Amino acid sequence: MNKEHESAYWQENIRLMLKLLCVWFVVSFGCGILLVDVLNQIQIGGYKLGFWFAQQGAMYAFVILVFYYVKRMAALDRKYNVDE
Amino acid sequence: MELQTLTYIVVGITFAIYIGIAIWARAGTTQEFYVAGGGINPIANGMATAADWMSAASFISMAGLIAYFGYGGSVFLMGWTGGYVLLAMCLAPYLRKFGKFTVPEFIGDRFYSRTARIVAVVCLIVASVTYVIGQMKGIGVAFSRFLEVDYGDGLLIGMGIVFIYAVMGGMKGITYTQIVQYCVLIFAYTIPAIFISLNLTGNPIPQLGLGSTLVGTDTYLLDRLDMVVTELGFAEYTTQARLSTVNMFVYTMSLMIGTAGLPHVIIRFFTVPKGRDARVSAGWALLFITILYTTAPAVAAMARLNLMNTIDQPQAEQNLAYAERPTWFKKWEATGLLKFEDKNGDGLIQYTADKETNEMVKVDRDIMVLANPEIAKLPNWVIALVAAGGLAAALSTAAGLLLAISSAISHDLLKGVFMPDISEKSELRASRIAMAGAIAFAGYLGFNPPDFAAGTVALAFGLAASSIFPVLMMGIFSKKVGKEGAIAGMIAGISVTLLYVFQHKGIMFVASTSFLGDLPQNWFFGIEPNAFGAIGAVVNFVVAFAVSKVSAEVPQDVQDLVEHIRIPSGAGQAQDH
Repeated sequence: MNKEHESAYWQENIRLMLKLLCVWFVVSFGCGILLVDVLNQIQIGGYKLGFWFAQQGAMYAFVILVFYYVKRMAALDRKYNVDE
Repeated sequence: MELQTLTYIVVGITFAIYIGIAIWARAGTTQEFYVAGGGINPIANGMATAADWMSAASFISMAGLIAYFGYGGSVFLMGWTGGYVLLAMCLAPYLRKFGKFTVPEFIGDRFYSRTARIVAVVCLIVASVTYVIGQMKGIGVAFSRFLEVDYGDGLLIGMGIVFIYAVMGGMKGITYTQIVQYCVLIFAYTIPAIFISLNLTGNPIPQLGLGSTLVGTDTYLLDRLDMVVTELGFAEYTTQARLSTVNMFVYTMSLMIGTAGLPHVIIRFFTVPKGRDARVSAGWALLFITILYTTAPAVAAMARLNLMNTIDQPQAEQNLAYAERPTWFKKWEATGLLKFEDKNGDGLIQYTADKETNEMVKVDRDIMVLANPEIAKLPNWVIALVAAGGLAAALSTAAGLLLAISSAISHDLLKGVFMPDISEKSELRASRIAMAGAIAFAGYLGFNPPDFAAGTVALAFGLAASSIFPVLMMGIFSKKVGKEGAIAGMIAGISVTLLYVFQHKGIMFVASTSFLGDLPQNWFFGIEPNAFGAIGAVVNFVVAFAVSKVSAEVPQDVQDLVEHIRIPSGAGQAQDH
């Protein structure tokens, strides 16, 4: 396997990772902490939205993020033929 | 059946299973002892990781903290789950690809320096030992409360159990036991939550119950709780922040990167067959953890509401009379964790935020989860189950930590530094002796807890966040950072964190030596000492990059190693070398 091939794989991996880390940051630090007062104006069922993000939503989002990453990386491994 | 008999039966059965597994899965090689032969199925590994991660603190203390801090308690929820996103994307697959046994081993090879490895070992041992003391204390408290024996006897029984299955089975035995322990603890945590949620809201799913209306009314549970606590002068439950937004931000970040840097968690990802399995495994671990962590806020809010409803009534003259207090109240009074003082002499219990009139002079936050089923008047078998769950949580974490400590001593120090020629058999014996020694040492500290026992758990996170996490990240994502940078970075990061903690909490937590005092106005940007790990990590990164700029370039073979771990193909089993 040549160097360019490996570095293209790595670049694509990094781009995916950074995108997902942005989401990670927004759902927890963004919605759960920095914007919590604004979001608390919105009420969903018995939950204030900001409170919901901090105590429920962020965690659900984390789980989805990791499984999405797993799926995308498996596809990436196949595309670049670096599967184990 | 009597609660006591039931507790003995439930706890006895679970322990018989743990020990049976240890005998069945006895480790024969160092590879089996350290990384379970690298052949654990990712879902099973995820479950074991979850049990390893969720300690007595998660099981017993966390919901109590949230019940007390309300919205401010979210830092623990987001912090202790968000770290797994970092683990899955930034660390686990690459460290697994590296294919060795321990975290210091990676740091030593990547930064081509024995010094770096030793510094990492020291960080690891300090972080793990401080953490394990807390677990030992939890084991002692849980055993003594539920088996109604002396604290010391409870601790001894617990040490004996951990000794048998951790020392014999190694990682292989621990992994299988932890899978069973996960099932026990998640069952024990969710069953009472479901019952209580049904009672209060009619919704059997606690995560939804928390956002529902109370049975027979149009009032939402959270609105009702906000109303009750504010009437009594406490801060509003759903909006009370922990000190400040900046503090909450930094605290959450510290817990996240501390989680991703804790060696006993990282080590678990060396046990799966392939790098891709490490990613999947982190996903499953997070899912299994999230089941408990999303239930916790519901448990917290409902426990707080039940406690208030039991004691305090809208009209003060209808408050609960002390003479008519329920059995759980008396039981916890006996432990000294709950205290009542009839200040106005009317025989009724008043629970308010005002120090002058509050008559519940002590409500220890740690009793919330354990007392919760009794407060809600749930059947005895549920209460017995909670006892078994709490013990499973404490034992599984203690075993995982002890394995991380023993492998650091026998593999990194003994084989890596002092006796490179040691045979596999001797190394295995050494690691068992190291683990037995660690149990005895932690047990001793459990008997004579130093006055800093509580503070050190936070320090364990701070240390991992400020030392181990940054060098692992730089080791994988940068080819520019060399040994000088890594060593300087680790030392700088740890020192800054320790200095900040010590200047406010006292040197080695002896309060009289804290030269700046533990006062919020002296805190750097209002950041509490427990939350300072993230700042230490920033210092670590900055110092490491700055030093690397002026020191020698990273050798070619190490640059090749970094490229090698970035690509999944060509990984072998976790191998001996």
